[in-house]
Amino acid sequence: MAVEAARRPRPKGGGAVPFSAFFWRFPWLRPLLLLTPPLAWFVLVYFASLVLLLIAAFWTTDPFTTQIVQIWNTDNFQTIFNEPTYRTIISRTVLMAAAVTATDAVLAFPFAYFMARVASRRMQTLLFAAVLLPLWASYLARVYSWILILNHDGLLNWSLQSIGLPPANIGYTNVAMWLVFSYIWLPFMIIPTYAALERVPESLVEAASDLGARRWRVLRDVVLPLALPGVVAGSIFTFSLTLGDYITPILVGGAGSSLIGTVVYSNVGIANNIPFAAAMAMIPIAIMAVYLLIAQRLGAFEAL
Amino acid sequence: MKLGSLAAVLAVLIGLTACGQTSTGGGATQEQPPTANIKPPDKVGPGEGQLNLIAWEGYTDVSWVKAFTQQTSCVVNAKYAGSSDEMVSLMKDGGGGQWDMVSASGDADLRLIYGGDVKPMNTGLIPDWPSFDEYFKSPPYNTINGIHYGISLQWGPNVLLYNTKKFPNPPTSWSAVYDPSNKGLVTAYDYPITIADGALYLSKSQPSLGIKDPYELTKKQFDATVALLTQQRQLINKYWALGSDEITLFKNNDVFLGAAWPYQTGQLKASGAPVEETIPQEGATGWGDTWMLATKAPHPNCAYLWTQYVSTAKVQAEQALFYGETPVNTKACAQMEALQAGSCAQYHANASAQYFSQIKFWKTPIATCDDGSKNCIPYDQWVSAWTTIKG
Repeated sequence: MAVEAARRPRPKGGGAVPFSAFFWRFPWLRPLLLLTPPLAWFVLVYFASLVLLLIAAFWTTDPFTTQIVQIWNTDNFQTIFNEPTYRTIISRTVLMAAAVTATDAVLAFPFAYFMARVASRRMQTLLFAAVLLPLWASYLARVYSWILILNHDGLLNWSLQSIGLPPANIGYTNVAMWLVFSYIWLPFMIIPTYAALERVPESLVEAASDLGARRWRVLRDVVLPLALPGVVAGSIFTFSLTLGDYITPILVGGAGSSLIGTVVYSNVGIANNIPFAAAMAMIPIAIMAVYLLIAQRLGAFEAL
Repeated sequence: MKLGSLAAVLAVLIGLTACGQTSTGGGATQEQPPTANIKPPDKVGPGEGQLNLIAWEGYTDVSWVKAFTQQTSCVVNAKYAGSSDEMVSLMKDGGGGQWDMVSASGDADLRLIYGGDVKPMNTGLIPDWPSFDEYFKSPPYNTINGIHYGISLQWGPNVLLYNTKKFPNPPTSWSAVYDPSNKGLVTAYDYPITIADGALYLSKSQPSLGIKDPYELTKKQFDATVALLTQQRQLINKYWALGSDEITLFKNNDVFLGAAWPYQTGQLKASGAPVEETIPQEGATGWGDTWMLATKAPHPNCAYLWTQYVSTAKVQAEQALFYGETPVNTKACAQMEALQAGSCAQYHANASAQYFSQIKFWKTPIATCDDGSKNCIPYDQWVSAWTTIKG
């Protein structure tokens, strides 16, 4: 122990301790040593698992024993692209992710605007807590509560009928899925949008007003373009989270509500076909790569 | 490290696959599984103190496990599996020297047997085996060429459950779940083996297809079944994956008709829901669970002691009532009645041979048909077809 302590470089001590002299001589060594553990973790856990996933996608399973057969082939990808069902599922997933993202952007912007630019400090704290409050509860509990609202004898139909309207009957449909996703991911859109709106300099807004721009003009030409990277940053969350989710489609989706996540889940959990699941999991990665490229063009990473 | 161990595991798996392929028989007798020549023990030695089980949730409930541990000093460590396929994957490599037994359902059994993951068991060591119902002594899903790869445990039919308010006249045929006039009222089990339900219906409604066994379908028969179920999707409001899901669906009037287990019927009736179950004129599919012994079981004596214990009439009755299923031990009926009056008849524990003849028990669909030809559609295609059906 004592030896170890002595060998450890001291933060201050001039040239007396040989190690600090060493670090002084090679200034790149200190950050290298500092970064090695997290970098190794990143490479091993993030990168290696992705590479394994990519490799596994090119294997197949023995149809009978469902054991993995390491024979290099592209059968899984051919199935995904040639089978109309998978094409439908992929486009359904992308459309769902886009619809959820658009809905959340529309809902989050006025809310974030109020939080960042209108509300008092006290109000701001309260609203922040309100936005984050749902994240304290379990994801499953929140989805199940939506089932209680949307199902046939649920709150929604009951309320509609008690004011004399026909029941909506949207439980277990893609509409239900869209509602639940939009609700669940909303905080992930509000927070980056809020951060971006808060950073819009008041001086620019005042300058625009001084030059005769009315409120809407200021919003459209000054605030919105400056806040857009925040919205795009939020959309990365809502889009990618929807793209990979399987719990909501299983619980609130109906017949014909499979998403990419559901297919991955059933191939791992039910069919035990890991290679096909891996191939299917590459699809959202590819979609997100394209999405992130576009987001980067729109300056989303500066807003994160 | 990670890659190395993965490669090792895969190497073993590939070795096993190769083993599985060496024994190609065919003809009148079925293909011999790789573990067929492992001789089971003649007597049960003293317990090893531990027993590692893969089980369905509720199959190792403390209410009967406690007495077992007291009697045998075998401590039961159970892992609950969520699906048959999870059981198959946990049992890879003969249980890996970790697992002793698995409570596999019929749709997993042949995969475990032909994967070499389980080995023959000596029924002579199970004192209650002679009182098992005749069918469950040697059902085709766990007994190959007269060799028993496990001891039957419990079973249940996939009945047709319906809401008596919506359907005052009980449906007499499975055609009700394929009838377009019931659009939006229907549910079905979200699992590839459900394809067999469609095949069973077609075997009666379209005899020209020549379906004899709903688990052995030729390409033509399989395609016709998939087409039927794809049409059925338009009628489905929601597929159910867990028994509790279906109970919620029926309670909230989201669905009014669909395949179910007697467990759901019992729970729904107990909560006052207006439901009833029936076995329609076409018959029904069913499941039968088996305790199977891992090829590399580290505690075989405890495993035999466990199988003896769960086969006794008392434990059979307790488990049946706890889970909502039917014991294979015919002596369990009286015990069930003692625990809960009327339960023996409710779960068909006193069922006649005529009742069994209506039920086609789950078994793994494999490429080899009963006649030895290789024309049947194997399980992996059932799985991908199921994805297509659900859309």
